Amino acid sequence: MKVLPQAAALDPIHQFEIKKIFPFEPFGIDLAFTNSALFMLLGVVLVIGFFGFAASRAQTVPSRVQSIAELGYGFIADMIRGVAGEEGLKFFPFVFTLFFFIFIANLIGMVPYAFTTTSHIIFTATLAVMVILLVLVYGLMKHGFNFFKLFAPAGAPLPVYILLVPIEIISFAARPLTLSLRLFANMLAGHITLKLFAGFTLMLVSAGGVYIGLAPFAFFMGVALNALEFLVAGLQAFVFAILTCVYLNDALHPGHH
Amino acid sequence: MEGDIAQGMKYLGAGLATLGMVGAAIGVGNIFASFLDGAMRNPSAAPQQTGNLFVGAALAEALGLFAFVLAILILLGIF
Repeated sequence: MKVLPQAAALDPIHQFEIKKIFPFEPFGIDLAFTNSALFMLLGVVLVIGFFGFAASRAQTVPSRVQSIAELGYGFIADMIRGVAGEEGLKFFPFVFTLFFFIFIANLIGMVPYAFTTTSHIIFTATLAVMVILLVLVYGLMKHGFNFFKLFAPAGAPLPVYILLVPIEIISFAARPLTLSLRLFANMLAGHITLKLFAGFTLMLVSAGGVYIGLAPFAFFMGVALNALEFLVAGLQAFVFAILTCVYLNDALHPGHH
Repeated sequence: MEGDIAQGMKYLGAGLATLGMVGAAIGVGNIFASFLDGAMRNPSAAPQQTGNLFVGAALAEALGLFAFVLAILILLGIF
């Protein structure tokens, strides 16, 4: 087997490496400004810049940019209304921010050589824990002890509860895990696959002979996977946002599912 | 030599761990098949259910991704 000189560049895990751009370590706590932080900041600037620009020249008859921003607003508002009801709209700013932060982070990740912040578990876990803490705090504040009705849905025969309550508690406890792992694993798997197919094309070309004839197949597979990754980037942001709404609905109306 | 066997077992384990995705694949396939089945029967009701469709698909898919994460953890030797 031929070993390529740039084997390190073909390593599919290499792209997720966090590099310190600006080391900063006060009192032994590592607070370095990394490439991850840079791309998060870029995402925030892009989102605020876009919506700020769209809203700054708001007209009754919207311009093209304003229509896109209104589409985004309407999309999130309809989603919350559909899942958590009219009452859920008080969480609109939270869900809106969450959706567009993840969406733009995923999209930036699709740019070649850019860093995918969502492919790190620490990023997604922070967001997921934030959502679950909000659900717990709000649910307990609003309903007090009644919030625990969430674990015992009404309408089941009494003996079933012996089995049902532990299952509900486990499924609730697994929520931050599944919520963060879903986004993280999707982005990680997708970007590894993209890199693998890109590397595979290069390997086939450098192997020479009949293998060069096979290279276009690997290349077009890579193109198709790229298209799929764009779908996944949007879909996973949507799924994260809609699951946030589902969980917030539990905090708003415990025991109705 | 012993190190080689351990390394080989690691790859074997990572490969076996990915088999968990079979279940997720069947689950996601079932969800979309059932959705299309229902949507063909009553196309006017289909658009309101796309949200539920994607939530269901995401929930089923997450379990397959657990298998993927386990495979990666075994492969990178974090355990």
